[in-house]
Amino acid sequence: MSLSADSMRCGEFRTTYKADTTIFPTPTSRNFAIAGVIALLFVPLVFDSYVTNLLIQIGYYGIAALGLNILVGFTGQISLGHSAFFGFGAFASAWIANQGVPVILAIPLAGLLTTAVGMIVGIPAARIKGLYLAIATLAAQFILEDFFNRAEWFTGGVAGSMAAPLTLFGYSFNTDQSYFYIVVFFVVVMYLAGTNMLRTRDGRAFVAVRDHYLSAEIMGINLTKYRILAFGVSSFYAGVGGALFAHYLGFVSAEGFTILLSIQFLGMIIIGGLGSVMGSLMGTAFLVLLPELTDGAVGLLNAVVPGIERGVVYLKEMAIGLAIVLFLIFEPDGLAHRWKQIKAYWKLYPFSY
Amino acid sequence: MSQPAEQVRTKPSVLSVNNIEVVYDDVILVLRGVSLEVRQGEIVALLGANGAGKSTTLKAISGLLRTEDGEVTRGSIQFLGEDIANAEPEHIVRKGIFQVMEGRRVVEDMTIVENLRLGAFTRKDKEIRKDLDMVFDYFPRLRERAHNLAGYLSGGEQQMLAIGRALMARPKMMLLDEPSMGLSPLLVKEVFSIIGTINREQGLTMLLVEQNANWALRLASYGYIMENGKIVLDGTKEELMNNEDVKASYLGGGEERRSFKNLKSYKRRKRWL
Repeated sequence: MSLSADSMRCGEFRTTYKADTTIFPTPTSRNFAIAGVIALLFVPLVFDSYVTNLLIQIGYYGIAALGLNILVGFTGQISLGHSAFFGFGAFASAWIANQGVPVILAIPLAGLLTTAVGMIVGIPAARIKGLYLAIATLAAQFILEDFFNRAEWFTGGVAGSMAAPLTLFGYSFNTDQSYFYIVVFFVVVMYLAGTNMLRTRDGRAFVAVRDHYLSAEIMGINLTKYRILAFGVSSFYAGVGGALFAHYLGFVSAEGFTILLSIQFLGMIIIGGLGSVMGSLMGTAFLVLLPELTDGAVGLLNAVVPGIERGVVYLKEMAIGLAIVLFLIFEPDGLAHRWKQIKAYWKLYPFSY
Repeated sequence: MSQPAEQVRTKPSVLSVNNIEVVYDDVILVLRGVSLEVRQGEIVALLGANGAGKSTTLKAISGLLRTEDGEVTRGSIQFLGEDIANAEPEHIVRKGIFQVMEGRRVVEDMTIVENLRLGAFTRKDKEIRKDLDMVFDYFPRLRERAHNLAGYLSGGEQQMLAIGRALMARPKMMLLDEPSMGLSPLLVKEVFSIIGTINREQGLTMLLVEQNANWALRLASYGYIMENGKIVLDGTKEELMNNEDVKASYLGGGEERRSFKNLKSYKRRKRWL
C-alpha cells in the first residue's frame, strides 16, 4: 500500500476556527454519540427493570454531578452542599407539581428555584476560597437539611411529600421502562447544554477564574459575578437532577439528602475527572454500579469465604472509599483522562508517538 | 532635565498619574508621590531596580491593587478624562487599559485560540476572528501551535501569547510588566521588536515596565526612573541614554567607575510635580 493524499490521516487537523469549537471533532465521533443514544432507547425493551433502574439512577445523579463538576472542576470552587441542592430540587418540584403545574414544567421550574437558592449560598463564595468556602457550603448543607425537616408547608416536614408521576398527553410515565425515556431526554439536553455553555465566552471565563483569577480579572472578568454564576449553574443542574429523582420515586423525604450524598457527588466527579463533561457521567456510572458489582462479587465469594455476605453493607461503603483513594493515587485526572488515552492509543496505533 | 521635556511631547495625554500614594494593608506605604504622563501613541518606559514600585504603579493604574489589599490613598489617575483611581479592574479594562502581567499568566489548560478569545472577553462584536488573524500575523509562532495547550508553550511563546491576548481586547492602552522576564537575549529581541511593530502599526499607546533598561529605552520615546517609591528622573530617550547616572546604574558602560556618592547624586535633587 502506498501512501497517497487520500490515505487515512492520523492526528487532528483543524483548519478553521469553527472546526476547533465543534462538540464532536470528527463525523465518526458524532455518529457514535447518536448511535449510542439510539441504542439506549432500546434498553428498556431488551433488559429488565433492574438494569433500567440503574441507568435511571446514573441519569439523574449524572445531571447533578455535571453541575458539581462545572462548579468544582471548571470554576475551581468547592461545595460540600451539593446534595442539599439536589434535595431542594426534589422538594421544589414535588411542591410545584402539587400546586397543579404539569410535572414536565415543574422540573425546570424546580431547577430555577434551586438556582436562586444556590446563588444566595454562592454569595460568600465571592469573598472566600478553599477550605473556608468548603465550610461555608457545609453550613448551607446543614441549614437546608434543617429546612427540609421543618418547613412543612414546602416539604411535608419529617413525613416527606408525595411527588406526582410525570404525565404527558394523558400518558403516565410511572414505570421504570417509560420513565427511562424522560431521563434520557433530560440527560441529553442537559449535557449538550453544559458542553455548549463551556465552549462559550462564559465557559472560558469559568476556566480562567479557576486557573488564574488575577489574569481573569485583568481581562475584565468580574470575579464576583462569575463565582456566583457558577454556583447558580451548578444548582440548576442539581435541582433538575433532584426533580427527576423525586418524580421517579414518587415520594421525597429529607433523610436521603445528607452530607454523605454530597461526598458521593464529589467522589463521582473525582473518579470521572474534574473539568470533564463526559467524565461526570462516567464517574456517576462508576459509583452507581460499584455497589452492585460489590454485591455480585460478594455473592461469588460467599462460597469461598462463608459469612462474608453478612458484611456486604459495609463492604459496599468501603468499596466506594477505596475507589476514591485509588483514583486519587493512580488516575487523579479520572476516567475521562483514561478514556482519552485509550482513544489516543488507537488513533496513533501502531506507532505510539 | 536641562530643557523642559514637555515641549517635545505635543500629542494629547492619554494617561496621567498625579502624585499618587499607594498603601498596602493600610500600613505599608509603597508609592510616595508618583506622577507620570503617557501621551497618545507613545511607548513610555518605567525603569527602576527591584522593589522600586514599578509593578505597584502599574497595578494602581489597572486596578489590581484592590485584590492585593492595596489602595491609592492620595492623588488621582486620569485616563481619557476620567479618574480611575481605585476603580474596579473590570471597569478599567472596559475603559481600554489592558495589563500584560508579569510572568505571563496564560491559562495553561486552554488552547492558544481559547486564550486569545478570553482576551476578547469584554468584546461582543463580529470582528474577533479578524483580530485572531491579526494576532497570528504578528506572532506566526502562535499560529503553528494554535490548537496546542498554552501550558506546553515555551516561556517566550507564552509571553507572545500574553501580548496577543492583550491585543484581542482592542485596548486603547497597554501596560506591559517586564515582558523580557526569563527570556533568552534572542527572544527578548524578538518580543521587543514585535512590541515596537505593534506600536507603530496600531498606534497603540504603551507603558512599559522593565529591568532591561537598554532594550526598554531603545523602544521607548520617553522614560521615567523610579527608586524607593518615587520618580527620581525623567526625560526623553536621548536625555536618559546620555545621562551619566543612568548609564552607570542601568545601561552599563558609563565613562569610568564613579563613587557611589556621585552616582546617586540625582536622588537628592528635589522633584516636584
